Amino acid sequence: MSTEEVEGVTPEVMLAFYRRLYPFKSIVNWINHEHTPTKLFTHREFALTLERDVYLRYQCFETVEEFKKKVCSLNPTRFEIGPVYSVKPKDKKSARQQAFTPLQRELVFDIDMTDYDTVRTCCKEAGICKRCWAFIAAAVRVLDSSIRDQFGYKHLLWVYSGRRGIHLWISDKEAMELTDEQRKAIVGWIAVIQGGKDMHKKVNVRQGTKPLPPSLQMALEPLVPCFGDLILADQDCFKSDDGWEDLLHLIPDKNIAEILRRKWNKDDGRSSEDKWDDLKSEIKKTDKGSPTRVSLQAAMEDIILQYTYPRIDAEVSKHRNHLLKAPFCVHPKTGRVCVPVDPQLIDDFDPEKVPTVGQLLKELDKVVTTQDMEGAEHHSDWEKTSLKPHVDMLDRHAMALMDQVRRSKRAADLSW
Amino acid sequence: MFSNRERAAFSDGTVKREGQVYKHSTLKYPHRLNFYDRPPLEDVTIEEFETCAIDRLRILAEIESSFVRNRSFEELKTVTNAQCLKYLPLHSSTATSEDLEGERRKDHLGHFILRLAFCRSEELRRRFVKAEITLFRVRYESDDTKEREEFLSSRDFDWIAVDKDEKEKFRRELLAASPNLKAELFEKEKFYKVKWTRVPDLVEKRRVFLKGGWAYVPSREQSSIIFQAFQSSLERALEATARALPRLDEDTRIMPILNNLSQGFLAGVPSEWSGNDGSSANGEAIKAEMIDDLARKHFPLCMKNLHDNLRRDRHMKHYGRLQYGLFLKVLGLSIEEAIAFWRKSFSKITEDKFNKEYRYNVRHSYGLEGKRANYAAKSCQQILMNDQPGPGDSHGCPYRHFSEDNLQSALLAAYSHQGLTSSDLPEIMHAVKSQHYHVACTRVFEITHAGSGVGTVKKGEGVGGGESVTHPNQYAARSRELEKAKIESLGGNDDVPMKGEEGGGDAMVLG
Ligand SMILES: [Zn+2]
Repeated sequence: MSTEEVEGVTPEVMLAFYRRLYPFKSIVNWINHEHTPTKLFTHREFALTLERDVYLRYQCFETVEEFKKKVCSLNPTRFEIGPVYSVKPKDKKSARQQAFTPLQRELVFDIDMTDYDTVRTCCKEAGICKRCWAFIAAAVRVLDSSIRDQFGYKHLLWVYSGRRGIHLWISDKEAMELTDEQRKAIVGWIAVIQGGKDMHKKVNVRQGTKPLPPSLQMALEPLVPCFGDLILADQDCFKSDDGWEDLLHLIPDKNIAEILRRKWNKDDGRSSEDKWDDLKSEIKKTDKGSPTRVSLQAAMEDIILQYTYPRIDAEVSKHRNHLLKAPFCVHPKTGRVCVPVDPQLIDDFDPEKVPTVGQLLKELDKVVTTQDMEGAEHHSDWEKTSLKPHVDMLDRHAMALMDQVRRSKRAADLSW
Repeated sequence: MFSNRERAAFSDGTVKREGQVYKHSTLKYPHRLNFYDRPPLEDVTIEEFETCAIDRLRILAEIESSFVRNRSFEELKTVTNAQCLKYLPLHSSTATSEDLEGERRKDHLGHFILRLAFCRSEELRRRFVKAEITLFRVRYESDDTKEREEFLSSRDFDWIAVDKDEKEKFRRELLAASPNLKAELFEKEKFYKVKWTRVPDLVEKRRVFLKGGWAYVPSREQSSIIFQAFQSSLERALEATARALPRLDEDTRIMPILNNLSQGFLAGVPSEWSGNDGSSANGEAIKAEMIDDLARKHFPLCMKNLHDNLRRDRHMKHYGRLQYGLFLKVLGLSIEEAIAFWRKSFSKITEDKFNKEYRYNVRHSYGLEGKRANYAAKSCQQILMNDQPGPGDSHGCPYRHFSEDNLQSALLAAYSHQGLTSSDLPEIMHAVKSQHYHVACTRVFEITHAGSGVGTVKKGEGVGGGESVTHPNQYAARSRELEKAKIESLGGNDDVPMKGEEGGGDAMVLG
């Protein structure tokens, strides 16, 4: 379990952060898809959380400058990004009720470590360490490649949530335009882990013992080695009595489960790897190709999915009008900045190495005292801090999106 | 979207000779199924406008109550087909003896008129789309296979047939995505590619193979593409109609009809129960002194409530008298009996006062005074929507106008002698809370007429053939019919005493 270095995230610290470090321009480029403000930005809802949990909804802005000015004057502890509405959100009251509807919105996903509490052994609840981050890393790899492969989306931005989870924002035009019904369908396609605490078997995705649907077969491949490294070796999930009882509940053949139970009761010292091998050798004793064997093999695949497949918070993704914390906000408890994360390097990401707001301001002070005090404005002071690679990443992402929009506009022009 | 021309056609109401529109019929509606891509262009009379709409509305309202009553799709199909046969038949092209062109025209017209009525709020649009797509699905499934293929090929669904090479390339995935497809039948199975957003239902259940945003749909799941296409084109069309509708306000004859229609969706379609002239359908006249007994056994809650109020207060306010009086008239109470009934009921007042203030009223409602109109009894829709009861009033629909606790006690007080118990209340209250008052009333009818054998009703049968209650007189008439059937089956004689209290006072003659 990690020791969180909770520094004082005071209003003064936040104000300095917004004034000198927060990359407003990059954020606007990213949600606007173009350099000049369009409805994607001007009709977009922002919701600000102020001190003492005052929640200010339906804010919207015309320009980057206004956006920054308003944030600096209200100095929220954090703010969220919502949908693009048919009418400017601040005009909600004067608009006819039917005329105020969400039109577009990034397709978003939220993965949170708390959903892994039943399978991780290293930390609990709010805690997170490099070891349990491996669950998130596995989820990111699976989700990132599934969405690209099956839905064909290209503009995926992964953002650390500041504490123990990660968000995914998909900005492809088709994804922005999805209806709630279609978002619900995508969630149904992706979500595999179902049922609460009191449900042993949380994976029910096949008909009888028929093969897995192709998308899950594809997801399974990288999860098999991950199961070995993470679940068996690192987390040692089946070490404790409760841990291996959970496993036995998932074995459809009661005889085999009983044989294993007796064996493991007698021998306290068997590791998770040993136990998984025990299960495998019991399965090998059954006749090849027999229904028992087929169902046990299917059960093993389902177990691997249950322990390693992405666990998403379905409600976040289903509705266009859901609000999600903006990238680069500061988590009020940890002081860490919600930075974008490269899915290719997700295994190397260490949540404890993410810069905190206090650390960034210190870096900045050092630069400013060593250099001369130039202008009063600090538009891109982040360039002088360890926030730079993260902002650069968002800029590259926004650039690719803007290129895409330019290209499709040109194609539309030519088609006239 | 309606062009100016057909808006004009809808709104000018010129009377055309019947028959004229049937010309060139064989070309106009070649298919039984209709995607309603094109609005009707010919002139329509105002009467036809209304009939087409109301008959379709009956079907849609019944589909909606099927959802509320949690019928399975198979049950819903049976009920809907029976209703369609009655109000909106649509025969296959091979049925030569039918007026196919007329049926299809009515279907076409009715759909477009209801679009006008239901485009006006998001809630109505959502409900209309859901009911229409269900109707389409019921018809699609009962369509002749060959005719259905012809219909499908007449329209571009924008799907791409997956060629042999691609099919072979994804053989393993395609088979795994449809577990019910046997490997040996794979060669024969056709697959179609569509953007995945066109088949969200299949995606949600992982019943297709997805690659790069394309869904590979096996031909057995093709109907999903069709239903989805029907739904999204209807949704788009309704939104467009909603934007154009304000222009229709000009026509003063159309708007009241449209308003009525959308209310009908909320309250069920009114049945006509006005034709009675003082004697009930089966010839037996009703006497004033029979009403207590009839109320106990056969009245819906609204009328029972009025009756009990009248007995308790020995008086009743205007709208209550109107609602109850017309109901009794249609039930079969003659003018003489009606005068006797009201006179006796208003026992607090003098003969003189009654003659001055109320006799005229009663005679008026029988069409014997004033403009001598033959007033119909109020339908559920009218009771629900018009003349909202004020604080001292007892008219209205108890399911809508009572508070929840009062409604529950009223139900138990009124019907526990007919078998309703407090364990029935949650189901009834559920319908009430979702504002499906006629569904609640229908369910009470079913519960109070449950049992086995002749003269009883099973859950889901409603007031016959699955129909919901839409008129208090329909409720009472059906209840009396059931009792009659029961008595006849027991002995063929009205005088046979029934078990328990069902016999009523005059049943002891057999002795
Ligand atoms: Zn941990």
